[in-house]
Amino acid sequence: MSEPKKVQGDLVLSHVTKSFGDFTAVDDLSLTIPKGSFFALLGPSGCGKTTTLRMIAGLEEPTSGTISIGSTDITDTKPYERPVNTVFQNYALFPHLTIFENVAFGLRRRGIKNVDAEVERVLNLVELSHLKSRKPGQLSGGQQQRIALARAVVNKPALLLLDEPLGALDLKLRRQMQIELKWIQTEVGITFVHVTHDQEEAMTMADTVAVMNNGRIEQMGSPAELYENPRTVFVANFLGQSNFIDGSIEGTDGDNVIANLHGVRIVFPKTRNNANGKAVKVGIRPEKFRLHDAGSSAAGNVLTGGIITDISFFGVSTQYMVEMPWKQELMVFEQNDGGAPDLAKGDAVTLSWEPQFTFALDGTDPSQAK
Amino acid sequence: MTHWLSKNLIRIYAVLAIFFILLPIFYTVAFSFNDAQKRNISWQGFTLTAWLNPCEPIGICEALGNSFKVGIPATILATVMGTMIAFALGRYNFRGRGTTNLLIFLPMATPEVVLGASLLSMFINIKVGSGLLPVIIAHTMFCVSFVVVTVKARVASLDPKLEEAARDLYASEWETFRRVTLPLVAPGIAAAALLSFALSFDDFIITNFNSGVVDTFPEYVWTAALRGVPPQANVIGTLMFIIALAFVFAGQVLSKRRLTK
Amino acid sequence: MALAHAEVGNKAHAPKKRAKRIAYFLLAPGLTWLLIFFAFPLINLAETSTKTPAPTFETGEFVQTFRFSNFVDAFVNNQEQFFRSFLYALIATLFALAIAYPLAYAIAFRSGPWKNLMLILVVAPFFTSFLLRTLAWKQILGAEGPVVSALQFLGILPPEATITATAFSVILGLTYNFLPFMTLPIYASLDRIDYRLLEASGDLYANGVTTFRKVTLPLSAPGVVAGTLLTFIPASGDYINAQLLGSPENYMIGNVINSRFFRVVDYPTAAALSFILMATILVLVVIYIRRLGTDELV
Repeated sequence: MSEPKKVQGDLVLSHVTKSFGDFTAVDDLSLTIPKGSFFALLGPSGCGKTTTLRMIAGLEEPTSGTISIGSTDITDTKPYERPVNTVFQNYALFPHLTIFENVAFGLRRRGIKNVDAEVERVLNLVELSHLKSRKPGQLSGGQQQRIALARAVVNKPALLLLDEPLGALDLKLRRQMQIELKWIQTEVGITFVHVTHDQEEAMTMADTVAVMNNGRIEQMGSPAELYENPRTVFVANFLGQSNFIDGSIEGTDGDNVIANLHGVRIVFPKTRNNANGKAVKVGIRPEKFRLHDAGSSAAGNVLTGGIITDISFFGVSTQYMVEMPWKQELMVFEQNDGGAPDLAKGDAVTLSWEPQFTFALDGTDPSQAK
Repeated sequence: MTHWLSKNLIRIYAVLAIFFILLPIFYTVAFSFNDAQKRNISWQGFTLTAWLNPCEPIGICEALGNSFKVGIPATILATVMGTMIAFALGRYNFRGRGTTNLLIFLPMATPEVVLGASLLSMFINIKVGSGLLPVIIAHTMFCVSFVVVTVKARVASLDPKLEEAARDLYASEWETFRRVTLPLVAPGIAAAALLSFALSFDDFIITNFNSGVVDTFPEYVWTAALRGVPPQANVIGTLMFIIALAFVFAGQVLSKRRLTK
Repeated sequence: MALAHAEVGNKAHAPKKRAKRIAYFLLAPGLTWLLIFFAFPLINLAETSTKTPAPTFETGEFVQTFRFSNFVDAFVNNQEQFFRSFLYALIATLFALAIAYPLAYAIAFRSGPWKNLMLILVVAPFFTSFLLRTLAWKQILGAEGPVVSALQFLGILPPEATITATAFSVILGLTYNFLPFMTLPIYASLDRIDYRLLEASGDLYANGVTTFRKVTLPLSAPGVVAGTLLTFIPASGDYINAQLLGSPENYMIGNVINSRFFRVVDYPTAAALSFILMATILVLVVIYIRRLGTDELV
């Protein structure tokens, strides 16, 4: 078989579009994934993330646009000519071949003579070399997942694609595999592109996360940046929970923006303002709120006149639903560390939060707030 | 052009293969309209004579009637017994599973001459002789295996959770079978019955060993072939083909409707 | 306490016993039928095979003398037809495989919206009489048919030559008649292959041909085994094709068994031949399955 060219470098997608008939799965996508990074494509099903992955793998052809690794254009090359390997969603292990032969498959196709040492090395990496003469059907889900990974990694591709690789595993195993995957990525130093709909999975493993929606990237950045400063309602809701309060911007004060929320003035840093005009959706994560007895004073932004309508105990934290004078219910998480006052349903409370935790979104953002 | 050819080579091959499969069927249909009296071998011109007088050749419709007299009871018996075995194999644990499977498999793996010969020698030994009854018995015997295989596949593909759900919703064992299992397996049973009838209707070798002086439709064709098959045989063959196709299409439409309406 | 415990134990046990009873009830009629009308006749046939003509020499009357050399005589006198049966069946099986595999592959992977229609067309022969179709082949290949005329026109076939009454036409008939039995199991095993396995193979540097050789073909092996058996077994016992499309030069063992029964009324020889045929088929099948079991295809 022809040896795939030794290509190295960043993965660059440039104006990539993929249409199926009338439906545009991926819409003018441009993206650079730095060499050696762990990159996650995050989004709900049908957002185009899997199509993007399949185009990188060569299993779909883009309708327009180019895909390249470093300076080599791979847009028109066949899957078996690309230095790219995939860990498939349901692993796609060959049921008629042993574990050893599954892992050796790619090496043999490339005509590599002495495969034993290489296969043994990656089987040791995933700690399953004792199962090498078994057939895939005899392995557990977690073991199959690791073999699928070993089968891809052994080829030392420039790029490793992971298509919801942990979706079929139960929660506990998934956590364990998340840590292992991250460790293996650091160990082998290959660029990983990980597609998932699980925000926790994306945030714990990836250096950079791109949130996709309707064939476009909504926002891209480090997990902390996406969580703390989402730029759209979609991103804010996809990564964790948020409260949104409608308001209008009244002006600025130095580095701060002043906004009016139902008659209450609040401030937030200019760097956190994503509103285009006066109308603004002020977002506050539930854990950023502090609860106070009504009447007591509080620092930062303050909202008074809340009534507790519901309390749920989560163990590490407690969730309060607070009804505000403008009849909106806000969600508040308080750590169960004794810091919050003893409160019961029906109690009147005051809410406060630090201005730098605010993220202000455009008031016309069409995405539905949850 | 060469690119298109290499890309569609396998499709072209498949179309040619299907042409090969259909060619003698075209012939059978076409020659039912042939204006030939006895030697219906070369094309003499178009006529509807055979279609208007299908029973004209002596014995042809009697033979057709015999085929139905054999096919209907054999289909019913084989479908009932075969479905029962399929459920036993698919839903219950019992001793003797291996022997049962062997007894189902062997008739399918035995050449028809051997089946026909062995039955005839038994009927001769026990002085039953030949006739329609031995043929019904023989057809039931070889159809049972095909029914078991067809229905078992359907039973095996049935999610046992559906039956558990029915039992959880207060259905007794019988009600579960009647309301959930049977309706879901029904298409498989229908397919098995259709297959049984087709096998019985078309069988010549085993029938010829056991029917004695009575003729079924294939036996009529066989005997007629010596001096020339009349076009009326092609008419009956064509009619049966159309009826069977209608059954298949109706089945497809019905199964689609059941899942959407 | 002890009583309650015993009751629970009984309750857990009862349905199991009941289930077994239901199973045997379901099996009883069908298996009895097969025992009486399949197994018992075979035993009967075995018994007949060692009989000799009755001393009265009345036609059709035989007495049991345990003459096992009936088998030797039967085989020695009909070696040629035995050999021919298996040769024709083998060639027809290979032809059918060559036609059916690409066809099944096309239906499974390349037919798109035509899949159901193509499947119906493949089984269409089941819906017309087997004899009428074979007679149609006799017409198609016959002296007045299109194939001979075309070949003669092209100068491939000399003016007086025919195709019917040759080994070729018998093998073509066998190939044709058992083609659906070859196509359907291969299609079923191909259709069951997870498409992602083929993608995975491409992802792991196998091109189309290698993917076929290393993934598709081994995964469809069960269908190929089933299809070849379903073709070879009935083809080796067939006598219709040889009779309608061949000449006595092309007669197979089925023709001999048939004529021993009906024309010569020599039941013991017919029975012995049937058993030799069945035994040979079983031995060949076991060898075939064994070989495939140990060595992977390709």
